[in-house]
Amino acid sequence: MTSAALRSRAWKLLELVTTPLLPSDYLDLVSPLRAGADLRGRIEAVHHETADAATIVIRPGKGWRGHVAGQYVRVGIDVDGVRLWRAYSVTSPTSRADGRITITVKAIPDGKVSNHLVRRAKPGTIIHLDQATGEFVLPAATPAKVLYLTAGSGITPAMGMLRDTRFADVVMVHSAPRQEDVIFRKDLHDLVADKALTLKELHTDADGMLDVAKLHELVPDWAERETWACGPAGLLDAAEAHWAEHGIAEKLHTERFRPSVVVAGEGGEVTFGKTGKTVAADGATPLLNVGEEAGVLMPSGCRMGICFGCVTPLKAGAVRDLRTGEITEASDSPTAHVLVQTCVSAAAGPCELER
Amino acid sequence: MTAIDPTAHLTAEQIEELGRELDAIRDEIIASRGEKDAAYIRKVISVQRKLELTSRGILLFSLFPPAWIIGTAGLSVAKIMDNMEIGHNILHGQWDWMRDPKIHSTTWEWDHVSPAEQWKHSHNELHHTYTNVIGKDNDLGYGIMRVDEDQKWHPMHLGQPLWNFINACFFEYGIAAYDLELGKNLHKRRRNRPEFRARAAAVGRKIRKQVLKDYVIHPLLSGPSFLTTLAATFTANLVRNLWSHSVIMCGHFPEGVQVFERRSIKGETRGQWYLRQMMGSANISGSKAMHFMTGNLSHQIEHHLFPDLPSNRYAEVAVKVKALFEKYELEYVTGPLPKQVFSAWRKVIRLSLPNKKPKVKASDRDKELVAA
Repeated sequence: MTSAALRSRAWKLLELVTTPLLPSDYLDLVSPLRAGADLRGRIEAVHHETADAATIVIRPGKGWRGHVAGQYVRVGIDVDGVRLWRAYSVTSPTSRADGRITITVKAIPDGKVSNHLVRRAKPGTIIHLDQATGEFVLPAATPAKVLYLTAGSGITPAMGMLRDTRFADVVMVHSAPRQEDVIFRKDLHDLVADKALTLKELHTDADGMLDVAKLHELVPDWAERETWACGPAGLLDAAEAHWAEHGIAEKLHTERFRPSVVVAGEGGEVTFGKTGKTVAADGATPLLNVGEEAGVLMPSGCRMGICFGCVTPLKAGAVRDLRTGEITEASDSPTAHVLVQTCVSAAAGPCELER
Repeated sequence: MTAIDPTAHLTAEQIEELGRELDAIRDEIIASRGEKDAAYIRKVISVQRKLELTSRGILLFSLFPPAWIIGTAGLSVAKIMDNMEIGHNILHGQWDWMRDPKIHSTTWEWDHVSPAEQWKHSHNELHHTYTNVIGKDNDLGYGIMRVDEDQKWHPMHLGQPLWNFINACFFEYGIAAYDLELGKNLHKRRRNRPEFRARAAAVGRKIRKQVLKDYVIHPLLSGPSFLTTLAATFTANLVRNLWSHSVIMCGHFPEGVQVFERRSIKGETRGQWYLRQMMGSANISGSKAMHFMTGNLSHQIEHHLFPDLPSNRYAEVAVKVKALFEKYELEYVTGPLPKQVFSAWRKVIRLSLPNKKPKVKASDRDKELVAA
């Protein structure tokens, strides 16, 4: 018998001893970060970056498979006793010697998780993690000329890449309301001093918002550069239009932190079949939020319709995609249920989800 | 169904007002649920697991009498905690709001032969919805006992003190049988239904796992202490069964608790539903430790009013609920455990016999009075 088979036998035997619990339920009491456990992490330090942003140093569990610079990680943390999940870009380099990772969080108004992480998170807290994911990364061969177009907390994935890669020629155009709001300002200027970065720092309170159409005034060769843009929807929409206009849309890579919700309609009663709960929902609230509010265990992911971590079978009724207004109806087949993304879908009349 | 309705003095408007006041108490707790409550249940779970592990560890040496006594006591308490403060309450969805998949009504399984899924249906949906409605709420006498004077007496009821005692000793099996609605489903026409067979198979699997753990694997691990460990786990299960049966009897059986007729709940409003829960439940008074060991089911009235509020908050809810009982001049049935257990048993024994004298209906009695 192979050692793996032997181990699995031993584990099965252990399950007979611990039933109805699992051996892991006991092991979690003493070793929540061990290999084979659900992926978790321990907050080791919180470093304040600006008045409303902080970098959280996390020691990930043994199961952490590492990340690619620019990727994000989903973090689940208990805020007022409620497990909430959010996605944050990893800001540490992949080569960090101590194996820790960092995320950098900006507290947004009414943001439950971001405010908790920035203002109340304490070292020693166990948090829940998913493996790093995301397409906002550099290609295998680092491009000769790179431009980062960022604003606010949109700097975080860019910083992950800047810390990880030595570029031949990299320019960053970064906007923040004021100088003291610039996250990583010292690190950026250190890179500039090392001649590892050309930085165009804009303070929008004084200078006004960046006009993407006039980008050539700041970066004359912008069109030749492979560009990564991250920031508020307004900036990204303008950038996408500008790059498309010049016929070089393929040179622009964007990362959005929030979905662009455009359409809302009539809501309806939502039934969560497995939990046995029925609640009224309006046509603008994502089903994910509706379920979470009702105490239903909803899988969740990026919360912006990208990662498909939240897909749930739609058993009856119809839902509306909040980004496009498209209606999805349940199938007639009792077995092949349509999967819907609950984070960007709202009730379109009464509907039932298998949760 | 007693001759005098103890809620007769309340107007329909008062009953709805009472409902609104209870809703307000509920909203207040929900708005203040938070980190402290979450820390509470996690702590209880952690203590239970450590206690169970330690007790089972000690029982590996159960051949030595002190080890047997300490291990058996610890395991009994651990099993009671698992079933009462932890299992019962998590399966009610009291902790679903934490959104922790490890502590959630849809994922939890307990140290009990009835699978959580089936128990949730018979308990949460049937018992809590139809509390004390004869013919609808199987918790009332578990289908084997006469629990109200108005129920027709049958010679079979003579044995009910004995049935009740046996049920108490093997309570978890009684619950499993009753979750399966064996009485109804063993009927020739129903027993082959695939739905019932699947549920029966699930119970079979659960029983096998429980028995294997408690009566085979754990004693085997004890080596020379095989027999003494077997006796210890049997004792712990017995203690847990007797304890939970007693607590649950105190919830709805003591004198003073009302039962209701099927037709009385037709078109019931929210206020009336609340009122039925208030009149159909009884509390147990006692120390903090006592409340804890009953899984806060000692606050049965509060639990029935708000089955999904976290159990650690029932004590503070009770103060407000009791004030409402006083305000609306209703009887808050409560008493220490021995008194309530005695009262419940006395009722079981009394109702095992036919009613003392032919009962005169209240309306007939009135007529006689008028005639006189």
